[in-house]
Amino acid sequence: MGLLTTIILIPLLAVFVIVLLPDRQKQAIKWVALAATGIDLGLSIYLLVDYLHLISGLPGSGTSTALSLQYVERHVWLGRLGIEYFLGVDGISVLMIFLTAVVIFCGVCASWKHEYRTKEFFAFLLLLVTGVFGVFAAHDLFLFFLFYEVAVLPMYVLIGLWGTGPKEYSAMKLTLMLMGGSALIVVGILVLYFQAGVGSFSMSAIAQAKIPASTQAWLFPIMFFGFGTLGGLWPFHTWSPDGHASAPTAVSMLHAGVLMKLGGYGCLKTIYLMPEGALMWGTFFMVLTTVNIFYGALVAIQKTDLKYITAYSSVSHCGLVLFGLGTLNATAMQGAVVQMFAHGLMTALFFALIGMIYGRTHTRYITEMGGLFKVMPFLGVAYMVGGFAGLGLPGLAGFIAEVQVFIGAFALNSIGHRLLTILVAASVVTTAVYILRFLTRMFYGPLQNPEHAKLTDATFVERVPLTILVFLLAFAGMFPGWMIRLIEYSLAPVMANLEQARRAMLP
Amino acid sequence: MTGHWFIDHLWLVPLFPFLGFLLVGLVIRPLGDRPSSTVAILAMVASAVVGWGAAFQYFTHHAGETLVPWQYEWLRFSPTLVGNMGVLVDDISMLLVLVVTTISLLIHVYSQGYMRGDPGYPRFFSFLNLFTFSMLGLVLACSVLQMFIFWELVGVSSFLLIGFYWAKPSAVSACKKAFIVTRFADLGFLLGLLMLSYYAKGLDFTFLTSPETVAKLARTTLPFLGVSALPLSAILIFCGAAGKSAMFPLHIWLPDAMEGPTPVSALIHAATMVVAGVYLVARMFPMFAASEPAILTVMSIGAFTALFAAVIAVTQFDIKRVLAYSTLSQLGYMMLALGVATLDKPLGFTASMFHLTTHACFKALLFLGAGSVIHAVHTNDMREMGGLRRKLPITHATFLIACLAIAGVPPFSGFFSKDEILAAAVENGHYFVFALALGVAGLTAFYMFRLYFMTFWSEPQDHEKYHHAHESPWSMTSVLIVLAVPTALLGLVPFGHYVHRGELEHHGINWLIAGPAILVGLAGIAVAFMLYFRPNGLPDRIAFAFSGIYRVIRDKFYIDELYLFVTHHVIFRYVSAPFNWFDRHCVDGLMDLTAQSALLSGRSLRRTVTGHLQTYLLWAWLGSAVLALVVWQMQAALGWALTFVGLGIIAGIFAWQWVLQLLNRSEPLKRIEKD
Repeated sequence: MGLLTTIILIPLLAVFVIVLLPDRQKQAIKWVALAATGIDLGLSIYLLVDYLHLISGLPGSGTSTALSLQYVERHVWLGRLGIEYFLGVDGISVLMIFLTAVVIFCGVCASWKHEYRTKEFFAFLLLLVTGVFGVFAAHDLFLFFLFYEVAVLPMYVLIGLWGTGPKEYSAMKLTLMLMGGSALIVVGILVLYFQAGVGSFSMSAIAQAKIPASTQAWLFPIMFFGFGTLGGLWPFHTWSPDGHASAPTAVSMLHAGVLMKLGGYGCLKTIYLMPEGALMWGTFFMVLTTVNIFYGALVAIQKTDLKYITAYSSVSHCGLVLFGLGTLNATAMQGAVVQMFAHGLMTALFFALIGMIYGRTHTRYITEMGGLFKVMPFLGVAYMVGGFAGLGLPGLAGFIAEVQVFIGAFALNSIGHRLLTILVAASVVTTAVYILRFLTRMFYGPLQNPEHAKLTDATFVERVPLTILVFLLAFAGMFPGWMIRLIEYSLAPVMANLEQARRAMLP
Repeated sequence: MTGHWFIDHLWLVPLFPFLGFLLVGLVIRPLGDRPSSTVAILAMVASAVVGWGAAFQYFTHHAGETLVPWQYEWLRFSPTLVGNMGVLVDDISMLLVLVVTTISLLIHVYSQGYMRGDPGYPRFFSFLNLFTFSMLGLVLACSVLQMFIFWELVGVSSFLLIGFYWAKPSAVSACKKAFIVTRFADLGFLLGLLMLSYYAKGLDFTFLTSPETVAKLARTTLPFLGVSALPLSAILIFCGAAGKSAMFPLHIWLPDAMEGPTPVSALIHAATMVVAGVYLVARMFPMFAASEPAILTVMSIGAFTALFAAVIAVTQFDIKRVLAYSTLSQLGYMMLALGVATLDKPLGFTASMFHLTTHACFKALLFLGAGSVIHAVHTNDMREMGGLRRKLPITHATFLIACLAIAGVPPFSGFFSKDEILAAAVENGHYFVFALALGVAGLTAFYMFRLYFMTFWSEPQDHEKYHHAHESPWSMTSVLIVLAVPTALLGLVPFGHYVHRGELEHHGINWLIAGPAILVGLAGIAVAFMLYFRPNGLPDRIAFAFSGIYRVIRDKFYIDELYLFVTHHVIFRYVSAPFNWFDRHCVDGLMDLTAQSALLSGRSLRRTVTGHLQTYLLWAWLGSAVLALVVWQMQAALGWALTFVGLGIIAGIFAWQWVLQLLNRSEPLKRIEKD
């Protein structure tokens, strides 16, 4: 059994173990979940290091998928339809698998105090993660979609059962909107399969088969919208604020931290499969995502509920991912992938912190907080670091992403593109405004509520995930070289496809 | 590699404070106050030793050269565009390393006394280390990207230190304001960086300031606006510089930044961080000098700020605010000096760097002296001070030296650097700027001595406070004494010999320029003496006589109010709030509408599911009729065929059901009856 299958199967195995454990054994259930995610974290670190080692021997950047696709596991599954159990990772998937492992591990730590129906909660959580790992590892489109659905569906139960506020409404909204996206995706996948006519769902095979440009012209936006819905693309982002606000801590962490990345990842694959369509529609999506970025930040300024603020900041930050992809420029796309990683870490951090703070103050409204530094300095410092990462402070991962996206987008030499780039760059100011607003509101100033003086700072179990996330944000921000190497290497086939399409489209 | 140990290991200079920051912040903080400050100071000592060693080696062995002893590829944007991190060694970077390490070390020592007993003592020292690390990284930056990175980091350390007393609401709003205003300015810097990345295709300073690159940029015409890339990128970068150096109209954050502890005001908001803007322009001087609009912008903004801030300083009563406006004014002076320099007559460049250095000394001394005063009387309001010379003799003496220096009285340091700026303005024919600078010099002398007389002479205004006042501890006064030495003597250093662009003709002091400057300075002091030496009603009467103008100036020309109006009333209320409404009601409403319409259609369709066989049959008949009609239109024969087949099937089903019912075995019909 290959490494990737192992990574995918371990959470699934843990699901079975948890299901078999009696309800009362809450500690045991948590330990099983922690062990499974811990092992996966270890394996994903091994995968990351090994992959880096693997490509360090190769000169420059790979130009064909065959080179960058590693750890391939390929078995015929439904032979007559050409459906295979085809796993394989490139640098971007490796980075995303690592991110997933980190976030779920931290998520399990952050839900250590979970008491209500613990067994079912962790079972669904781990099932969801299985799906996420699967999506990042799959190279067969059918398998990809299968895992994609496994990743999206448990969300309904997780929010509907363990959520807060109008949880049924939010769960339904989230699921329906994402299902709508999935419907577009499944149509897209089928069209791709039949149009390619190679009798295979393998991505590289379809990419090589060359879908006719006339098909790409209408299919590209369908698929991009389909994945974009999960990636928070405006105007299909509204599931995110409500969904995140109602979801329990670990689910928000996973959802904003990793699931929204599935959207970006899917969009990247869409560009890879349909380069001509991407060239036709790139600018259109740049416009939409500019709206995302600016609008998310402006709305976040107005919100007072922490989860809504973070959700809209996610809309803004994920907009940058899709914006970077939309530019179709190597540097900006590199930045977009870094932003996926950085945003995953920082929102996971935010949602973990919100959960911890809510658990103490029993409010999520910043207007009811103030001066919390005095009682919870550790949480405060972690929140500050997360906030600074969010506003793109150099030395933390967010900056690496932003500056690459900006530099890449600026290379598009036309007035319209320049204007978009300037607008997007200007969002660094609005972002700073809302982030400083809630940071200072919560932690600075005199203690707002005398009741809060009795609260305690983070416990040891809570410090573990926070420390991991803060460390990774700083590490990736100070030493970005390894990420760039991973991404650059794996973007090369996409860029080659785009280059070919560009030449083909010239008269 | 140069073979000189200190120069080759210059990267240690920022590294030590960084390690100090991590150590103090994460490890040593719980151990208590004394270990924290000791570690922070040791880090600074180590950094200063390497910095001084490197500067010594540079000025003795490599004077005039530009070296990059160490750099590495930090972030590769594309195979051709690389963001490097490293160490750039030339005259101005070495000069700034000297200034920053020295002043920072002294202020670390001073803070030991000033911050004693503060609950945030270890935090304070770790932040000071963080700031020093960022500032040194900025000073040594080898690429514009590295400059931007550390630029933001000094910004955030400044934010943390202004908000050091985070429980105080005024400090909170001050730190927010400082960060956001400078962030807004940094947007200009960022856009400038983007332009350079695209049009120059490189980010290293050595590359950007080379004549070829500058010429290439000047030749490149932008696709829109119809101007060349050079002035626009230079002006955009100047935006960032203007924000950090608090040039008009981005100056509003600096006076409020005085909410931070006084050592912070001395270090960050007087001596080092705020000169980063001047340093940035100096660093990219060849680009600015090659483009007329850019250099004129620098000059006019600098000159205007110098005058504007000096006028406001005259009316302020908060001791730190007077010093803050004075800093603004002096920064304007430095910018102005850069603005009058050209590639042929670069005296202004040297003058600016000279003034930067002397200003760092005397302004740090002034702030630390003010800190000593505040420490003694626990108020910032000069109207509650007076007569303190008897209580604080050391502070008084050193403060007087600093006042004489900033007022431009020979032979103190400020006289020489100011004289050089005036000479540079005359040399390049900017007589208007010269006149303006001369006027500002007079104002400076006046408001500084107003402050001096009100604080140390006059009569004690608040006897309670006067009574309790006492000289500060040794750790503070010793720093004052140490700083007083360069404040007095730095002017005697042949500065142009070390720091210059192009060749400077060495000239002595031109008394035609220096003479009026001295006279103006003395006049300012004399007026201050008359008005403030003894308590009298004259200043109030003058203020009353010009009450209209006086109020406008005292309220800082209402610029803060303008900003508040724009941000809170225009942007928050009329931009951000409508977006919020639009999102909830239109975008989300649309989604809900989709869902609602699905629900509604479901609800209305539900009416069709009545459970009556008759209804179903009716629908089936209707459906098949419509279908039949459609098919008939297309293919009549097929239509007929299908109709008969359909009717046959229906008839068959009926027959079958009837048979079943006869046998009493029809499941569906039974269930219908049950319902």
